[in-house]
Amino acid sequence: MVAFTLPKNSRLVSGKTWPKPADAKNLRAFKVYRYDPESGENPRVDTYYLDLADCGPMVLDAIIKIKNEVDPTLTFRRSCREGICGSCAMNIDGRNTLACTKGLDEIKGDVKIYPLPHMPVVKDLVPDLTHFYAQHASIKPWLETKSPPPAAEWKQSIEDRRKLDGLYECILCSCCSTSCPSYWWNGDRYLGPAALLQAYRWIADSRDEARGERLDNLEDPFRLYRCHTIMNCANACPKGLNPAKAIGEIKKMMVERRV
Amino acid sequence: MGMITPRARVEGLGSAKSGTDHWWGQRVTAVALAILTPLFLVGFVRMLGRPHEEVLAFYGRPLNALFAALFIAAAFVHLKQGLQVVIEDYVHSPALKTTAFLANTLLTTAFAAAGIFSLAIIALR
Repeated sequence: MVAFTLPKNSRLVSGKTWPKPADAKNLRAFKVYRYDPESGENPRVDTYYLDLADCGPMVLDAIIKIKNEVDPTLTFRRSCREGICGSCAMNIDGRNTLACTKGLDEIKGDVKIYPLPHMPVVKDLVPDLTHFYAQHASIKPWLETKSPPPAAEWKQSIEDRRKLDGLYECILCSCCSTSCPSYWWNGDRYLGPAALLQAYRWIADSRDEARGERLDNLEDPFRLYRCHTIMNCANACPKGLNPAKAIGEIKKMMVERRV
Repeated sequence: MGMITPRARVEGLGSAKSGTDHWWGQRVTAVALAILTPLFLVGFVRMLGRPHEEVLAFYGRPLNALFAALFIAAAFVHLKQGLQVVIEDYVHSPALKTTAFLANTLLTTAFAAAGIFSLAIIALR
């Protein structure tokens, strides 16, 4: 059954409150999820205080400042700090998004920062995305062709290239999949919005010659049809993409090829 | 977990190569019910609390019996498909899941058959 209660040792306890900076002009509290699997203790929520007058504008700036100046044990992923690598995906102010593109001015009150929901936690804000990446690999995210390779490139018209707009921009941050209740309950078998958007990105590519095989691979009550158009994915995507629409297009093709 | 690779876990038992019929069937019965439910309810509500003979006469007329039978068929097919999705979503223990699938199929079929059989008895008197 669906887990309505938390597993043992995952119940949150209140954590440490760190000291406030001296002479702060613009004080802001940050409630941050902390979990260290090696300690054997339950996860906790630590409270940090920063002076925003002396901090960059984004949530990522704040947690980097916490790590650099307050608590070096705080663990999180980040790399590009400009919304293109997808590393700093986390649950901020109740929504999955990228810490680097979420402005502190967009959040009212305390800034609550948790790891992406319903994923195994490696440490603090770092979720285990092994299964998520394996699901992405399973949709074969590369051009599959059967014709002999052309002398130059595989050609694509400007109109056909346009069909990939809204699909190719996905950075695999997993904000959408981890916001999807269907992915929470059946993520072991349901591919989730991110992998399905990527699947459609290759199905919709005019140069690809394995459309049928790609659809065969998705023709499954769990892999594809666990999507019940809840639309949390489109709501969560920090790149403004619409995975639910891509999934709808796949379903339309499934019907189209049999009627 | 064991020593299975992440990719093997994702591949699982492979694609079932089905699912579209079920999904499309739900849409078809939904459209059918959008038409049949009002047609059925108009007569049904009018017959509530009427004398037995009058109700028998109403459903003895061919079109009334036909709309009622079609409504019952579409409603129970739609119910069965919908409940199956709910079970697939929320029930994960294999024993409970099999029991729920069985109960769903048997009960919805039995109720639909009882309804259509009753209408046939009335209509073909």
